[in-house]
Amino acid sequence: MTEDVLDQAEAWRKEGRNVALATVVTTWGSSPRPIGSQLAVDGEGKFLGSVSGGCIEGAVIKEALAAIGDGKPRLLDFGVTNEQAWEVGLACGGKVQVFVEKLG
Amino acid sequence: MDTTILDALQNARRAKRPVALATNLRSGAQKLIFKDGTEGPLCLDVDMIIGMQDMLARDESGTLQTGAGPVFVQVHNPPPRLIVVGAVHIADPLARMGAMAGFGVTLIDPRRAFATSQRFEDYAVSTEWPDDAMAELKPDTRSAIVTLTHDPKIDDPALDAALKSSAFYIGALGSRKTHAARLARLKELGHDDAALARIRGPVGLDIGALSPAEIAVSIVAQIVQARRKP
Repeated sequence: MTEDVLDQAEAWRKEGRNVALATVVTTWGSSPRPIGSQLAVDGEGKFLGSVSGGCIEGAVIKEALAAIGDGKPRLLDFGVTNEQAWEVGLACGGKVQVFVEKLG
Repeated sequence: MDTTILDALQNARRAKRPVALATNLRSGAQKLIFKDGTEGPLCLDVDMIIGMQDMLARDESGTLQTGAGPVFVQVHNPPPRLIVVGAVHIADPLARMGAMAGFGVTLIDPRRAFATSQRFEDYAVSTEWPDDAMAELKPDTRSAIVTLTHDPKIDDPALDAALKSSAFYIGALGSRKTHAARLARLKELGHDDAALARIRGPVGLDIGALSPAEIAVSIVAQIVQARRKP
């Protein structure tokens, strides 16, 4: 009943879809999702799970699609000190670091 | 994450074998850390692996700094368990909400007609007597136990076993009067006041819950509080 992002990502992979996995690896201050929270993204941009309260998902999905494209992992920083964070609006004021990798 | 690591990680998770995934955040290279070994290409020195095995034991994910860059360690322990004694009406919303909160739910009820009800087909169900069922389940520090039957024949042996375990939460449904009588019986079984104080009774946070679903909310909230804010 609990949404298990890794199980879903694996199932997508077995269906032959391209999949990238994003994981919250560091948090500072008030961050909406704890370390280890995951978001799976498929090649069409369909996604499941979350790495924030919804503020940075758009940017993470974009990077996930890029990781599916070139196969390279990425370490993304979001926070009030980050220019991009203003754009994507991490409203809670915390900072998060998200690791994005292609699966399989 | 390459397919070999993904398959091994998923196999360990399905077998409920504790495992941590170590990922070098620069290179993306990975290694699985088990309490008795490792698997995968990421190079780590022995001290680092021991530190990660310690994180696995503490159920604590996080990032460690190494000579080759930061390494994120994600702990995948089997889900905490919720053991519900009594396949009564409240057990239905309690099992559902417990599962939503991430618990692996097991129902115990020796009254076969209750336990095999269609509403519990999604959960592990034991129709053993609670003392036998608990001996098999071996509740540990990541287990919560709730008794719901009000029937001493069923609740008492379950609570006796619960008190002998290291379960982080023990709750017993029943009024103050029922609970006082229950504590007196458990005392006769040799449990002292300090041990008996571990039992939450009347069970659940005091939010004035009335319906089965509301009572389940109050119990699950109390379990979460015991786990996250002990």
